[in-house]
Amino acid sequence: MKAYGKHRFPGRLFIVEGIDGSGKSTQLALLQKWLESEEYGTFFSEWNSSALVRDVTRRGKKKRMLTPMTFSLIHATDFADRTEQHIIPPLKAGALVLADRYIYTAFARDVARGVNPGWVRNLYRFAVKPTIAFYFRISVDDAMKRLVGGRDAIKYYEAGMDRQLSDDIEESFRVFQRAVIDEYERMVDEFGLVVIDASRSIEEQQVQMRAIVTKALTGARKNRIRRWVDLNSTARACRP
Amino acid sequence: MGRFEFYGQGLPAVEADELKGKLVVVEGTDGVGRSTHIGLLKEWLESKGHAVLDTGMTRSALAGKGLKAAKEGHTLGGITMSLFYATDFADRLENEMIPALRAGFVVLTDRYIYSLMARATIRGADPEWVKGVYEFALKPDIVIYLRATVDELMTRVVQTAGFNYWESGMDLRLGEDMFDSFVVYQGRLMAVFDTMAGDYGFHVVETAANIQKVSDEIKTLLEPLLIPV
Repeated sequence: MKAYGKHRFPGRLFIVEGIDGSGKSTQLALLQKWLESEEYGTFFSEWNSSALVRDVTRRGKKKRMLTPMTFSLIHATDFADRTEQHIIPPLKAGALVLADRYIYTAFARDVARGVNPGWVRNLYRFAVKPTIAFYFRISVDDAMKRLVGGRDAIKYYEAGMDRQLSDDIEESFRVFQRAVIDEYERMVDEFGLVVIDASRSIEEQQVQMRAIVTKALTGARKNRIRRWVDLNSTARACRP
Repeated sequence: MGRFEFYGQGLPAVEADELKGKLVVVEGTDGVGRSTHIGLLKEWLESKGHAVLDTGMTRSALAGKGLKAAKEGHTLGGITMSLFYATDFADRLENEMIPALRAGFVVLTDRYIYSLMARATIRGADPEWVKGVYEFALKPDIVIYLRATVDELMTRVVQTAGFNYWESGMDLRLGEDMFDSFVVYQGRLMAVFDTMAGDYGFHVVETAANIQKVSDEIKTLLEPLLIPV
């Protein structure tokens, strides 16, 4: 078993972190579009994506049967499947892997739930160390304004309702996410997270991201395979 | 009280001090007769007036079904499988064993973290990592390790359930067929168990004798732990 930091692959791993409403997914999608237009082969991977583990996680959340420990372990299981199936193989093949949330999500949330910080860091020791980890810094209040669907969009565990912080879901969300942000801030130095000010314009943030990613692309393979949709549009463009 | 301890950092929001029951672990490889002996122990304990909870691997409300489905597909990687088992274990520990211990039950568990650690280790996981993952487990009052030789196991398995994919370690491709693989796999498991027996203070019970004799030996080991009735 290889440990964090010990992997050597031809691909690159770029990940985004931050609380819900920080705009990280939007930025990652824009980054992917750009990388593809530059002819790089990309592979997108997100949190809770393992088909095998998803059913258990969904059931546990729906029936509210998760404790801080099983919440932590089921997400680690999902992440292990993701690592073994969707992160390591594309990295070996030289792809640019883009991950929406990574191990730092677990470190932030689980510790905010009372799980021991050292224990959860050991739990994820099998993870591949990202080439660059972006952290989108935003205040809870600003993040809440951006949540599509407002109050109804807040999920039980995301609001830390299992911690009995407040009966009011919005208030609970604020308290819990503030604790999550504190954990992220602690990790900036610990793991060398690259901080992006998420209160700036979408365009400004994207320019900053691209500049940082460019530096990490030296020697990366431009091996994008065009899909049939692209071939069609290319063919159309060539028609007289 | 303060009788119970965790191996490491422990579980959030669980006070080991408030646990009053007894945690009895029965460990051993596949086909060694664990469930037979647990059945006999349960009957004996209940007849003496102790309340018993018996529990075993992959039976958790949360992950039990998911694990069975995953095993049928044979598609999980080594680390994923280890963590799936750890989730199942944590769910059973927190939602079955700990409440029963709080209530003063004798908890009889068919396997514990040791089987899970042994399986993960022989599948290439770093032993220190595995040990760290299971630090949230409670130290049991006693671990009964039922031991048999690979020859004895083979004979029993052939005459009962037959060889199965996982018990033969077929995912590791250790031999040409289930029989060859079973011999190598169970041999490796036993080597890990023998090392753990010293590290964790297992009580080793050889199972070559007849069932009644083995059962009596286990009862003698448990007797001093029990609250007299």
